[in-house]
Amino acid sequence: MSVHSLRKSELFVVFVGIGLHVEASAPAYPSHGTEGSHLTNITNTKKTFPVLAVNYQHVRKPFEIALWILLALLMKLGFHLIPRLSGVVPESCLLIVVGLLVGGLIKVIGEEPPVLDSQLFFLCLLPPIILDAGYFLPIRPFTENVGTILVFAVIGTLWNAFFMGGLLYALCQIESVGLSGVDLLACLLFGSIVSAVDPVAVLAVFEEIHINELVHILVFGESLLNDAVTVVLYNLFDEFSKVGTVTILDVFLGVVCFFVVSLGGILVGAIYGFLAAFTSRFTSHTRVIEPLFVFLYSYMAYLSSEMFHLSGIMALIACGVVMRPYVEANISHKSYTTTKYFLKMWSSVSETLIFIFLGVSTVAGPHAWNWTFVITTVILCLVSRVLGVIGLTFIINKFRIVKLTKKDQFIVAYGGLRGAIAFSLGYLLSNSHKMRNLFLTAIITVIFFTVFVQGMTIRPLVELLAVKKKKESKPSINEEIHTEFLDHLLTGVEGVCGHYGHYHWKEKLNRFNKTYVKRWLIAGENFKEPELIAFYRKMELKQAIMMVESGQLPSALPSTVSMQNIQPRVIPRVSKKQEEEIRRILRSNLQNNKQKVSYSE
Amino acid sequence: MGSTNSTLSRIPNVEELMQETGFTPAHIVRLYDRFEALDKEKTGHLRPQDFGAINRLAMNPIGDRIIGSFFSTGQETVDFHSFVRILAHFRPADKNRPKDPSMPQPVNSRTSKLKFAFQLYDQDKDGKISRAELLQVLRSMLEMQVTEEQLESIADRTIQEADLDKDDAISFEEFRKSLEKVNIDHKMSIRFLR
Repeated sequence: MSVHSLRKSELFVVFVGIGLHVEASAPAYPSHGTEGSHLTNITNTKKTFPVLAVNYQHVRKPFEIALWILLALLMKLGFHLIPRLSGVVPESCLLIVVGLLVGGLIKVIGEEPPVLDSQLFFLCLLPPIILDAGYFLPIRPFTENVGTILVFAVIGTLWNAFFMGGLLYALCQIESVGLSGVDLLACLLFGSIVSAVDPVAVLAVFEEIHINELVHILVFGESLLNDAVTVVLYNLFDEFSKVGTVTILDVFLGVVCFFVVSLGGILVGAIYGFLAAFTSRFTSHTRVIEPLFVFLYSYMAYLSSEMFHLSGIMALIACGVVMRPYVEANISHKSYTTTKYFLKMWSSVSETLIFIFLGVSTVAGPHAWNWTFVITTVILCLVSRVLGVIGLTFIINKFRIVKLTKKDQFIVAYGGLRGAIAFSLGYLLSNSHKMRNLFLTAIITVIFFTVFVQGMTIRPLVELLAVKKKKESKPSINEEIHTEFLDHLLTGVEGVCGHYGHYHWKEKLNRFNKTYVKRWLIAGENFKEPELIAFYRKMELKQAIMMVESGQLPSALPSTVSMQNIQPRVIPRVSKKQEEEIRRILRSNLQNNKQKVSYSE
Repeated sequence: MGSTNSTLSRIPNVEELMQETGFTPAHIVRLYDRFEALDKEKTGHLRPQDFGAINRLAMNPIGDRIIGSFFSTGQETVDFHSFVRILAHFRPADKNRPKDPSMPQPVNSRTSKLKFAFQLYDQDKDGKISRAELLQVLRSMLEMQVTEEQLESIADRTIQEADLDKDDAISFEEFRKSLEKVNIDHKMSIRFLR
């Protein structure tokens, strides 16, 4: 505040000074550089006072960043204004093309086009997308299919990496290819980089095809959870290829490392999630900064786990999932909306920037082209993905209640897109790898192939095969009540059978959550509120807002009974509830023929 | 396998039971063992008290309804056949079953499962879930944590949402329609009973 007032007085002095030809300090925002030169100028020669001066260097960095982002967003805007285009070509393809054009333009001018810096990518561009995904992860389908997702993520990725690495090594052994210098470890390293399904690409493409929930969560969940595998394999092979040999001990350590990386990442995320939930308990007086807590704790979770070489993506997901139920019970409606839209906004900007930079980096990057290697890589990617999915589904279907059909399998296999994570990991390879440029070129080709060919054709294929689409669902109180009822029913039937299954443990978790955890993490008396009531209240609130906006309801006085139950969060619940209890008891005592409420049915 | 066969031979009409419910011999044996474990007095029948002894059912908000569903109207005891028939509802559905409209629905089809759940709501068996029945279910699920007004407005809202023929009650068709987006095969199946 004091700096601001100082500037105001300086401004005043300046204007007075100009009027009186007194050369005081520089115009409105003095920067130290120019001030010095002005003062020396005073003593040497009397120049005319610069009313208007250009100082590009001063603002260069933020200006360029802002310009890039603005360009990206204007492109996005442009696509959606062209009606036919956005229906045929997915946005990601168009953005890459724009990136190519921009990169080409910069090259023609003679400047060095900026490359997608891995540091920038992993620390700034990727986290918002993952946080958005994790925070709004649909929990029920995810937990119902978590076994299948894990099998695809871990075993599927391992299969892809080794299959591709192995076969490429075999290819390099063939004399005519001319790549005999490539050893097995380098090939395996390449395989592990290229094998992972990319969440950004999957999100970008699947968002537009509205596929049914099951397939969506399978592919998407896989792309998120395979991060741990990718991290371990990448670090493992990177270390080994420097040393050159692998022992059994190293392999064993690798397996241990996998568990440490994934479980550690989840643990870090959960800790930060609980911290965020706990903090949100006390924010009732400072509503304005509530969304910031969500973002900052999540970002800290990501950075902390990256610091320990744990899986940052899993930490971010765990943090979002853990904190969401408690934070949502505590923060105000406006903060909830703010959080939601900021997350969506940031992830959208990040996604756009990533694709554009991919295009630019393609133009910029050093390339080494080898027809056989690159073409084989692309083909092997497809083949290993298809084989992996079919093989794993065959095994998984023995354990699933709802089996995966052939159509589901096809979309899961076809939706295995590669993206910017593979590129960034390839870029991170130090220059000591002789094959780095070749690998980068191959990675870019695979990414282009999957995003362009698979991305563009997946929508007509979905239509052609008549794959089930996502059903538009409004929240329905019937569904909520009946689903909860069925939960209780199944738990009971499991009890009758003497079976300790899925529902039993879910029930135990819920009970634990209600009795111990919620007490600590939810503000005020809200922790006692059953989920059904919270759901109902939110629904009524939404409907009330809609009705007021459309003019059906006078905004002054709510008149329906249901409106009275929308408790504003500020009013403490206890007194009102007690008041109503007292009223009810009095009423029922007065009218003896009114049916007594009995809870022990 | 020897013990399986000997257990199976003790159960009367076991072939017919397996045919009707689709359980495999291994399942039947498992269920029979459970039946015997619950039947503490070895009468060959289960009474409500035997079910009540199961701790997990006692804690369940709709535990008494579940127990009640095993006993058909008028009956005081449950024999093994009825026990198995009720549990057969929770077998995962067979996807490859040919859809033959002339044959009756198998007991673990989506419709049968929904019908079973519907009957748990509809205690007076009039084919509709009335407002009072809905209120009872809500009360038992919400366990005294809400006011009567809130319960009533939720019940109002529920009926308003689902009731298409405006008779202030939810019929089976309306019930089925409100659950069309839920994967009942998944939601009402126990993995163990495959």
